[in-house]
Amino acid sequence: MPADDSTTDTNATTGRAGLVGLAAEPGVAKPDPILVAHGITRQFGGLKAVDVDHVEVQRGVITALIGPNGAGKTTFFNLLTGFDAADSGDRSFNGRSLKRVSASKVARLGMVRTFQLTKVLSKLTVMENMRLGATGQRGEQIWAAPLRFLWADQEREVTERAMELLKRFKLDAKADDLAGSLSGGQRKLLEMARSLMVGPELVMLDEPMAGVNPALKQSLLGHVKSLRESGMSVLFVEHDMDMVRDISDWVIVMAQGQVIAEGPPESVMGDQRVIDAYLGAHHDTDITELDLDALAAEAEAETLSNRGDSA
Amino acid sequence: MPDFISIPFHDGLSPIAISYVLAAMGLNIHFGYTGLLNFGQAAFAAVGGYALAVSIVSFDVPFIPALLLGLLGAVILSLIMGIPTLRLRADYLAIVTIAVAEILRLVVTTSYKDYFHARDGVSGFTETFRSWSPYRSMDGNFLTFSPGDLWVMTVGWTMVVLLSLLTYLLVRSPWGRVLKSIREDEDAVRSLGKNVYSYKLQALILGGMIGAIGGFVGALGLASVQPDTFTTDFTFIAFTMLILGGAGRVLAPVVGAVAFWALLSLLAVLLGELSDLSWMPDSLLDNTRIGNLRFAAVGIALMLLMIYRPQGIFGDKKEIAIDAR
Repeated sequence: MPADDSTTDTNATTGRAGLVGLAAEPGVAKPDPILVAHGITRQFGGLKAVDVDHVEVQRGVITALIGPNGAGKTTFFNLLTGFDAADSGDRSFNGRSLKRVSASKVARLGMVRTFQLTKVLSKLTVMENMRLGATGQRGEQIWAAPLRFLWADQEREVTERAMELLKRFKLDAKADDLAGSLSGGQRKLLEMARSLMVGPELVMLDEPMAGVNPALKQSLLGHVKSLRESGMSVLFVEHDMDMVRDISDWVIVMAQGQVIAEGPPESVMGDQRVIDAYLGAHHDTDITELDLDALAAEAEAETLSNRGDSA
Repeated sequence: MPDFISIPFHDGLSPIAISYVLAAMGLNIHFGYTGLLNFGQAAFAAVGGYALAVSIVSFDVPFIPALLLGLLGAVILSLIMGIPTLRLRADYLAIVTIAVAEILRLVVTTSYKDYFHARDGVSGFTETFRSWSPYRSMDGNFLTFSPGDLWVMTVGWTMVVLLSLLTYLLVRSPWGRVLKSIREDEDAVRSLGKNVYSYKLQALILGGMIGAIGGFVGALGLASVQPDTFTTDFTFIAFTMLILGGAGRVLAPVVGAVAFWALLSLLAVLLGELSDLSWMPDSLLDNTRIGNLRFAAVGIALMLLMIYRPQGIFGDKKEIAIDAR
């Protein structure tokens, strides 16, 4: 597990402290990267959807991946997690190359993702969803499965751990309900809780705020922050600028498949390249007259109107 | 006993019905629990039946090793069907399985006649099995069943009970939980670190082996194996039985298959008697049309079932009604 908060403060290379004073340039090297991607490209027919030279994700912080629609964020996400194969390039997780490593192996190594359209298993109960997330279960091997005494103890431990997580995410009252009966926001919570069952070091959230009502948004924000406090690293794709500003320690901006800017949230949102990428139509107007909040709001509005086709 | 009770009773419990029960149990693992569309269950039953018959008749293999050869054949067949297709979308498995089943049937119909004897089929492999029968000295029939059938049924229904128990234990284990999750959304399962491909292959092999056991029972019941037993109808009737019982339920294939056979022969008896009464003109109903009419009637019954009870006899309405998409 990465360093927890107490060491983050004393150690100048890990966590948030390591980001202080870094050059806000695309591809800048991080002092303690958990994930490094290099030379990743992915072509769909004539379209180069992803063309990332170099990008590093710092351990123990919350990193946001933003960009206008069609920037290739979700495709890049799929390439990082092994759900899609890159045409070229490699990525490494904790220094280990992930070339030709299957998506399930990537998850077992500690890099677990969620999905833009939540993938809870709606015909299983909430608890069964959670239990599925636990790794190394003896009862998942076919020869041991019929012999209950071989896995009953482990199942009890898994259930206890699942119940703790459900309590933390305030889903414990729903444990025995079918996951299909949950609301959209609760499904997001369940998916996040379930991914924690795998015991990840890096949690990859694909649009965690999409389709979540404002009340639940606040608690979801709190949960994402708590992942960082408990020592995990988070990389998330998001269109919700409030969320990006509120919780991210570092922002990576993509446009047209490339990383065009990086930096702390305050500075990156004022970056000329980012404004150009989001608001190409406003090139002719004087950029200094535009209020940043309005820009962000406009970008968000565009997102909302196009939600669903941003893959 | 009147015909309309004794004949459906006989057909519903006969060795042939058992072979369909086992084929449907295999499909229940494939389709009911894992969501794999195997349209070639006939191939697994054929491999079981032919491996047993040919290895005994042509190669003098003892009975038990011949059974093991049949199971091994089913494993190899699953690997041939599964390795290239299980990484792809579900449709590809369906296409490959139906093609493999037809290729196998055509091969045994037209080639290697010294071993497969084409349409005549292979016979003369039941001696050892019959010599173990405790009913050999029995005179006459018991509840309409001959002593030979009774022995096949004793072994066959015992297999059904044991395999149902195994299925019950498996689907209630964490292994079964992974299968049911794959049925719903394999990407979600993959994202949680499970090797989906390996689980699908395991399910295909297990269901295929159960199908091959169905082939053994069918072969022993008929005392011969013929290619015409293993047409695509075999697979589709087994699917029908499974859906009638309610896919994804342990006892669904058993109840579905018995109910299907009993219903089919009940209709044959009733339609036969109806045509003897000559109430209807021969152009609508005569003895030569009964075979087709009863299938039409079963078809209508199935349509009504799908409309009013899509989950089958045992299925859970909630599992059907809630859909995330």
